Amino acid sequence: MSKIRVLAGTRKGAFILSSDGKRNQWEVRGPYFGGWEIFHLKGSPADPNRIYASQASDWFGQVIHRSDDGGQTWETVGNRFAYEGEAGTHQGYDGTPHPWEFKRVWHLEPSLSDPDTVYAGVEDAALFRSTDGGQSWQELPGLREHGSGPKWQPGAGGLCLHTILLDPGNPDRIFIAISAAGAFRTDDGGKTWRPINRGLKSEYIPGQDAEVGHCVHRIAMHPSRPEVLFMQKHWDVMRSDDAGESWREVSGNLPSDFGFVIDVHAHEPETVYVVPIKSDSEHYPPDGKLRVYRSRTGGNEWEALTRGLPQQDCYVNVLRDAMAVDSLDPCGVYFGTTGGQLYASADAGDSWVTIARDLPRILSVEVQTLT
Amino acid sequence: MIRVILPFHLRTLARTGAEVELEIAGPVTQRSVLDALEARYPTLRGTIRDHVSRQRRPYLRFFACEEDLSHQPPDALLPAEVASGKEPFLVIGAIAGG
Repeated sequence: MSKIRVLAGTRKGAFILSSDGKRNQWEVRGPYFGGWEIFHLKGSPADPNRIYASQASDWFGQVIHRSDDGGQTWETVGNRFAYEGEAGTHQGYDGTPHPWEFKRVWHLEPSLSDPDTVYAGVEDAALFRSTDGGQSWQELPGLREHGSGPKWQPGAGGLCLHTILLDPGNPDRIFIAISAAGAFRTDDGGKTWRPINRGLKSEYIPGQDAEVGHCVHRIAMHPSRPEVLFMQKHWDVMRSDDAGESWREVSGNLPSDFGFVIDVHAHEPETVYVVPIKSDSEHYPPDGKLRVYRSRTGGNEWEALTRGLPQQDCYVNVLRDAMAVDSLDPCGVYFGTTGGQLYASADAGDSWVTIARDLPRILSVEVQTLT
Repeated sequence: MIRVILPFHLRTLARTGAEVELEIAGPVTQRSVLDALEARYPTLRGTIRDHVSRQRRPYLRFFACEEDLSHQPPDALLPAEVASGKEPFLVIGAIAGG
């Protein structure tokens, strides 16, 4: 019998929710690291008992934890994130050069094949890798140094590298995204990188279709078709069919194409989920209705999914790392809100239940399907 | 024996009580106390001082003998009462946030 484990990072600790494959009874464990901001937790695809957690604090800096027993016990591992060489500068909020300074780890992406290898996306934007289970971290400096780095400027949340997608068919290919620099790709295991932002248009930068400067919020892919990417940009839902070489808009009939999360159904590569947010100045759903939108056509045609979700007076947000899918059939979809609600659908989004109602502000949601 | 009092979250991280005792050979300074603390509790590395710059984190302060010693040079001698173990060296977190 399959089991599901949901890993929720929140403003005041981590929570782990477990269920059997029916997904109608949930046990909530936590808070782990109570009182600490847990930006992200993610399990290793190669060993589901290995889970990495990023704990960040304005008081005490960055801490990384690792569990080898599915989250029951935790060990504190390495937290030294030092940029390689002369770190140089990026643009500050005011457009003047600002020295690169490490602040926190936004996203941890374990290797698809080795439990001891894990990537970390950090603020100020850079990609780090550990090959010893998180004990030590080395930057992959080719990203920061590929040429456009001095032009990168932070989004309101900071200059964060928040998305890391590992190509299941090509271990040398990695996609990453940075707010507000854009999307980048390596085809040689992280040595060299280039921007992949052709087709993105952003009205808030002087050159609307510039090579960098786009506030990409999230990118998702289906593992069976890694050349097809779906992007929730600051505004606009985008799609690429050529591994990011070019992008086209697929916002279609969405009530707003602003948002943060985007994800793909586990078994249907053309089924995509987003949560529209009213605008970049009003970070809550349109009309006070929390609606997930699903496209079964790879974009452009979207249907509202509302059963079980609040349809009045709802003014929460869903942050960029706070949606995930399981791999059961039917596919389960999960997302967390800034109001602390964790919603789950066991029928690919047709209906939703609240599996935790009063957690702290939810920063990230990941799901493990255990067999 | 030097006594150091840690804030709640660092006690949890170090898996210790509020007060820890350290042996320090040589001059008792902020640097030697923090070096000894981090050597005894490696999980505290990077949480009080930045790993790279070695600067005190902005939301932390160092107090002893009813004085704020946060802006003292890291190699300045701490008060004799701290060096003798009569008074503790306190690491204090800012009271702020939500």
